[in-house]
Amino acid sequence: MLKIEGLRAEIDGQEILKGLDLEVGKGEIHAIMGPNGSGKSTLSNVLMGHPRYEVTGGAVTFMGEDVFELEADERAKLGMFLAFQYPSEVPGVSVANFLRTAVNSVREEELSVMEMYRLLQEKMKIMQMDPKFAERYLNEGFSGGEKKRNEILQMLMLEPKLAIMDETDSGLDIDALQVVSKGVNELKGPEFSAVIITHYQRILRYIEPDHVHVMLDGRIVTSGGKDLALTLEDKGYDWVRQEFGSAA
Amino acid sequence: MPEDKTIQELGLDEYKFGFSDPEEYFFKTPRKGIDAEIVAMISKHKNEPEWMLEYRLKALESFFAKPTPQWGGDLSELDFDEIYYYIRPMENQGRTWDDVPDDIKNTFEKLGIPQAERDTLAGVGAQYESEVVYHSLKEEWDKAGVVFMDMDSGLREHEDIVREYFGTIIPYDDNKFSALNSAVWSGGSFVYVPPGVHIDIPLQAYFRINAENMGQFERTLIIADEGSSVHYIEGCTAPTYTSNSLHSAVVELIAKPNARIRYSTIQNWSHNTYNLVTKRAVAEENATVEWVDGNLGSKLTMKYPAVYLMGEGARGEILSVAYAGDGQHQDAGGKVVHAAPNTSSLITSKSISRGTGRSTYRGLLKVHEGAVNSKSRVECDALLLDENARTDTYPYIEIEEKKVNTEHEATVSKVGEDQLFYLMSRGLSEEAAMAMVVNGFIEPIAKELPLEYAIELNRLIQLEMEGSVG
Repeated sequence: MLKIEGLRAEIDGQEILKGLDLEVGKGEIHAIMGPNGSGKSTLSNVLMGHPRYEVTGGAVTFMGEDVFELEADERAKLGMFLAFQYPSEVPGVSVANFLRTAVNSVREEELSVMEMYRLLQEKMKIMQMDPKFAERYLNEGFSGGEKKRNEILQMLMLEPKLAIMDETDSGLDIDALQVVSKGVNELKGPEFSAVIITHYQRILRYIEPDHVHVMLDGRIVTSGGKDLALTLEDKGYDWVRQEFGSAA
Repeated sequence: MPEDKTIQELGLDEYKFGFSDPEEYFFKTPRKGIDAEIVAMISKHKNEPEWMLEYRLKALESFFAKPTPQWGGDLSELDFDEIYYYIRPMENQGRTWDDVPDDIKNTFEKLGIPQAERDTLAGVGAQYESEVVYHSLKEEWDKAGVVFMDMDSGLREHEDIVREYFGTIIPYDDNKFSALNSAVWSGGSFVYVPPGVHIDIPLQAYFRINAENMGQFERTLIIADEGSSVHYIEGCTAPTYTSNSLHSAVVELIAKPNARIRYSTIQNWSHNTYNLVTKRAVAEENATVEWVDGNLGSKLTMKYPAVYLMGEGARGEILSVAYAGDGQHQDAGGKVVHAAPNTSSLITSKSISRGTGRSTYRGLLKVHEGAVNSKSRVECDALLLDENARTDTYPYIEIEEKKVNTEHEATVSKVGEDQLFYLMSRGLSEEAAMAMVVNGFIEPIAKELPLEYAIELNRLIQLEMEGSVG
């Protein structure tokens, strides 16, 4: 479904991704763990097509298509989704209005006003959100937790085939983390894949990964099952640096 | 981007109302340019009382005496000798749309006027070139004593009221363009709302320029008597020509004690039109005047709707939204003068600039000595859509009274790469993402408009922006 080969990317002339390989199959949940500065956020932005990053090498295909040939909106229409670490504020645009436009942009057929309303009510309930939330301006004055919930709400509304979650767990208390995880688990199934990018192991208690990868200095240095996450928690990133740092 | 091509193919990036009708008129001044002979010709043609002709001629002298303003926008290409000052498209005003010639009627159909008249309006006036070709007022309001007619009919049928108020809020020698309008005015609306009458749905006037090198000089006077209320809406468009057109209106509003007037404009002139308009209101005791001023079209607009708060407890509000695209300069804002105690005012300005467009906020807040406990707030926000776009802010504040509360706030923001990427990652095209940011930016003003007009405002801005991204 998603295939990354030898990906190299830079920002402002500085190389961040230095030949990254990763393959995500249909229905699989992957976790990418790594210390600060290892290039995790760069990877998520590059996959979704942020214009500030320059891809200097390698290839990425999604559903067989070369994603570098596609603008961010075309990637979204193909079924890719990025849950942002720092979502932008859009003053004057309500969550409901934004979601209506977004959902109708990615769908082949537009939903009626009534269908949209029902869908939104249903998904907000899953995310334990007050219906009034839909009338607030997008991310304006949202707390950290509200922003993350809102990201997952968008994911539930858009029903992507692949979700990339950029440190969605950071800064969340246990209650919020559980709600966010519930949202992700809601979509779990043979048609949904996810790449969970995180610094910590704790979100993986709620969303069970099929594969865990460790990222260091712009590359995936080791991969394994969910046990790898536990090993990491035990031994810390210093262990990773000692073990794999020379490879970087 | 692939979308760009489609939109260019559809021709949507061009001004949508730039079509024109053939010029077959009942009367047109035999030449361009302005002098006493032309002014006398207009007055005679209208069969006006002597005092109005004298007023026009005095105004003409003032127009010649005053220099062209050197501040604001660039007026160097505006040639007063290259303008036709009066065109009467048909002999008599239509009582029904069937009385209006087909070309003109079809134009107003395309602009959606008869439809809006049926659906949402208490009355409508349609001005084409210099004259109002169609006018209506629903029977209910006619019976309540409301007067809504074109200014020329107002002068004929209510000469005493017109003579009492005409030019008292904006004297002919106020500025060069008020002088010009006072000399050659034609058309516009005359509205009188009797005491205690609340017209709960809007009156609308629509102004259309059709001929090349046309000057349109409508004149509007609205009087809301004690405890009454009215919402008047003005819309404007013109064909696109390579040479310039001129629109120079004078609008005077009088809100008597406890009355309320709201005046909304969605100005969408073609990009060859100079739009130089003087608008001023007086609010008496506990009266409220609101200007909602949307400037989307024109080559250069210079317009600063004003409210003079003359009676205790009066309130003035100005909401201004401007969009300056390539080659456009929107020099807009508002003026509020506090001349009585316990008066309050709010000016909110939102401007958007794109490409080589320039938007300027120019405002005056004045509080006279003795206007104690006055409150005022001025907020102007500018949004730049790209690197070349320009915005300036000129807030003038003159406070002569100590016991007042005034606030001023100004912000400039740019549509950010991160914001666009965020929206695009949810499936919105770059254009749709930009339009969403812009619509959100003007939301505080759009929500003050009746729903149909809010949608229209958003739609027009979207049309202006289409094909402009990439």
